[in-house]
Amino acid sequence: MTNKTKNPPIDRIDGRMKVTGGAKYFADFELPNTAYCVIVGSEIAKGAIASLDTQKAQGAPGVVGVFTHQNMPPIPGWDAPVGGEADGPAPKPKTEETYRILSSPKILFDGQPVAIVVADTYERATYAASLVKVTYTKQAPRTDLEKHLSEGVAPKGAEGGNYLRGAADGYKTAPVTLEAHYTIPVEVHNPMELHGILAHWTDDKQLMIYAKTQGVNATQNAMAQAFKIDPKTIHVHTEFMGGGFGMGLRTWPQETAVVAIARKIGRPLKLVMNRSQMFTLVGHRPYTVQTINMGADQAGKLIGIAHAATAETASYEDFTEATVNMTKFMYACPNVSTRYRIVRLDRSVPIWMRGPGEATGAFALESAMDEMAHKLNLDPIDFRLRNYSETDPERNRPYSSKNLKEAYQRGADAIGWKERRNQPGSTRDGGWQIGYGMSTGVFSAFRWEASARALLKADGSLTIQSAVTDIGPGTGTALTMIAHTVLGVPLNRIRIEYGDTSLPKAPTQGGSAIVSAVGSAVYDACTAIKTELMQLALKAGGPLAGQQTDELTLADGVLSVSAEPKKKVAVSDLMQANKLTVIDKTKDSKGSPEQEKYSMYSFSVHFVQVRVNPLTGVVRVSKAVSVADSGRIVSPKTAASQMIGGVAGGIGMALTEEAIIDHRFGRFVNNNLADYHVAVHADVPAIETIMIDKPDPIINPMGAKGMGEIALIGFAGAVANAVFNATGQRVRELPITPDKVMQKLT
Amino acid sequence: MNDTENLDSELGNSTSSRRIFLKQSSALAALAMTPPTAVAAVNTGIQEKIATALEQMPLRLTINGKVQQLSIEPRVTLLDLLREQLHLTGTKKGCDHGQCGACTVHVDGARVNSCLTLAMTTEGCTVTTIEGLTVGDPATTLLHPMQEAFIKHDGFQCGYCTPGQIMSAVACIREGHANTPEEVREYMSGNICRCGAYANIVNAIMDVKKKGARV
Repeated sequence: MTNKTKNPPIDRIDGRMKVTGGAKYFADFELPNTAYCVIVGSEIAKGAIASLDTQKAQGAPGVVGVFTHQNMPPIPGWDAPVGGEADGPAPKPKTEETYRILSSPKILFDGQPVAIVVADTYERATYAASLVKVTYTKQAPRTDLEKHLSEGVAPKGAEGGNYLRGAADGYKTAPVTLEAHYTIPVEVHNPMELHGILAHWTDDKQLMIYAKTQGVNATQNAMAQAFKIDPKTIHVHTEFMGGGFGMGLRTWPQETAVVAIARKIGRPLKLVMNRSQMFTLVGHRPYTVQTINMGADQAGKLIGIAHAATAETASYEDFTEATVNMTKFMYACPNVSTRYRIVRLDRSVPIWMRGPGEATGAFALESAMDEMAHKLNLDPIDFRLRNYSETDPERNRPYSSKNLKEAYQRGADAIGWKERRNQPGSTRDGGWQIGYGMSTGVFSAFRWEASARALLKADGSLTIQSAVTDIGPGTGTALTMIAHTVLGVPLNRIRIEYGDTSLPKAPTQGGSAIVSAVGSAVYDACTAIKTELMQLALKAGGPLAGQQTDELTLADGVLSVSAEPKKKVAVSDLMQANKLTVIDKTKDSKGSPEQEKYSMYSFSVHFVQVRVNPLTGVVRVSKAVSVADSGRIVSPKTAASQMIGGVAGGIGMALTEEAIIDHRFGRFVNNNLADYHVAVHADVPAIETIMIDKPDPIINPMGAKGMGEIALIGFAGAVANAVFNATGQRVRELPITPDKVMQKLT
Repeated sequence: MNDTENLDSELGNSTSSRRIFLKQSSALAALAMTPPTAVAAVNTGIQEKIATALEQMPLRLTINGKVQQLSIEPRVTLLDLLREQLHLTGTKKGCDHGQCGACTVHVDGARVNSCLTLAMTTEGCTVTTIEGLTVGDPATTLLHPMQEAFIKHDGFQCGYCTPGQIMSAVACIREGHANTPEEVREYMSGNICRCGAYANIVNAIMDVKKKGARV
């Protein structure tokens, strides 16, 4: 079994391609006669196009066409839901408003495409786009969630229902209570790679797409729906993707538009959006306000928690996420209620962003836990341990595995938690105030259905195939490790092919679920090869006849008897003796019904030390320790990178990231990477990552649970708690910028 | 001679300066000094089409050791020239505004944002891109010490910012700005990594620096 021993760290299998510039992302592909397109975005957030003048643009050099709602080629599947989420959540319920790109003069959000200009070079398309003249009939946009909180509606679907355990107002009866409001601004994924697509109809029925998508099968299905063609005639390729963080979890309308225009002009068409368009056309983490009411007794036992969240969505689509879920099961608490509402605004639609709603909710819950611990004069870890849930209180069933106590202890040791004083503002170093904070993260562990193919050749080489995309976490490396562990084929003899719809179907990369889903399929396919090899060796007349399967070891291309290593046969000899040039197995894999008896979660604990300058309000994260309890770690090196990446993302979320809207116009004022500040080198200290690395016995044969989300979930709360410990000031509105710290200090 | 031919010969005589003149002059000055036909041509776009054909400018530079004699539009950035015309797609576009560093290349040994560099300004220069750090097939070639260190320390996840990080890292050492991790963080802050591999990138750079390999 692969889950019995820890896996060694290995180099990223695609590292060489990435450091040489050899890795090809969608925009790096070259097709003969490719045309370039540029999107012209609306300058208003609500209203309608009054007039459109495209004549000058049409006449500009090299222009192939200018496409607007007046001449957009038809997209026959517009009537069907075009979510591209065939492998993800169910299609969103229809709202009163609909948004179909370039189909009407109506403007529903700032930056909405009003024209797509196509020319023979990028420069000519860009220049021609500047010649498109549009006038508008404006209406006052509603974009400020804070002003429209009373308009919140319960969304349809699972996330719309209120949750109740015990009494909704149970917290009120507790001797110690708190009520606190927390705000998270709009955050934007901003992967380094700009979004876009390269589409080519090789004839009217065959479509080739180089995409920036987290799921090639999902893009294939979305385009099949949009153009009412057989998915088999659509080939989607995304071997390398320059980061997604959630923005590639669906097929966006402009991708569909580019495919339609490519068909019309009869030549390959490439779209590379600009950075400011990344703020409006590919989703964002929604602005969310939350209220937590909490009550506890003097012994530090929680009596009740009520968690309410209200988030923005678009007028034309209800986006929902699991913002309040963590509160339902994280702590053993008899009275818990949650409530989730959305407000439809004149904004472009959000999409899940790393951690997604759980990261938003964890900031509130884990800040409130820290606030309550302070009221009770308890150490924040001690307070959490007093309310530790040994079984899932939401669904009354055991956790498949949970080693959170060990995670608290190891993280505390590593950060030097004993240096922390419970009294805020106690520690100074030079002119800086020092504080320590911690927070818990949790995210569902899934086992989705996936398929994979494994081909073992007589020369000893192994090829693994799956359509799954590797958006950066090291999926290919992890799958290689799993194949290596099952079949004992040396790592340098394993080739992996992925990110292409010609390969066995796989789910969209997201939800921290890919090692579990696709890894299990690789495990099953490799195990099927192993089984066949053993049958060949053990059959009458076979080289190891008379032995039992459980007595055999398969390693480095040799099948041997574990107790008598001299009894052995080389896999290549075995295959040749049976006239086999290849053993080829494809397996579909999914979880068992047995899993329904358990609650499956990955857990994390984040510890930070911050330095706060009392004169300027500047907060620096000076130390960070993140602990992952996510089952067996398949690829320790890339897993550690995922964790440090979560810390960098968490530092940005905690201290700097905020997309600011000027509500007079309903548009962003900082839609670029200079003004929307993601963490840079200077913001991020050395980081220690700790893996509990104990296999989960339920989730999958590897015992591995996901870690992409838990790397981020909770981190911002740990920073806020550390700022409180350093200064005695509680900042409940992210990001924790110097002005907010100073306002509290003075 | 009709109007178009007349315009054609005028432009032909003065290459592209005529068009630049028309564009840059104030409207009043242009009206006062140019034949009405030329002004009309500007408005209808005919002049654009003619001028564009004449706007290709000669450019000679050395890229990754190879002398390139090119003819390009003056508005083309070094980044777009590399990517869209010279098939050197290792250099990436992350913002096109000099805010992210994904497009970092060396021009005469110094790191620059190629998106902010008009290609015409590199006349006679020596440009090195990520493809120029090594020679031969990327799948098998001997790697530069910085490339080796990025693999060893896992200084990336998605890999999109990596060419820019590596070009910047090499320059950072050459500049003498890699003496401490703190200094590296400061001098590498123009290169954003959204996956957040910073801690590993700093380790990779310090490793190369300490080993003293010629970069």
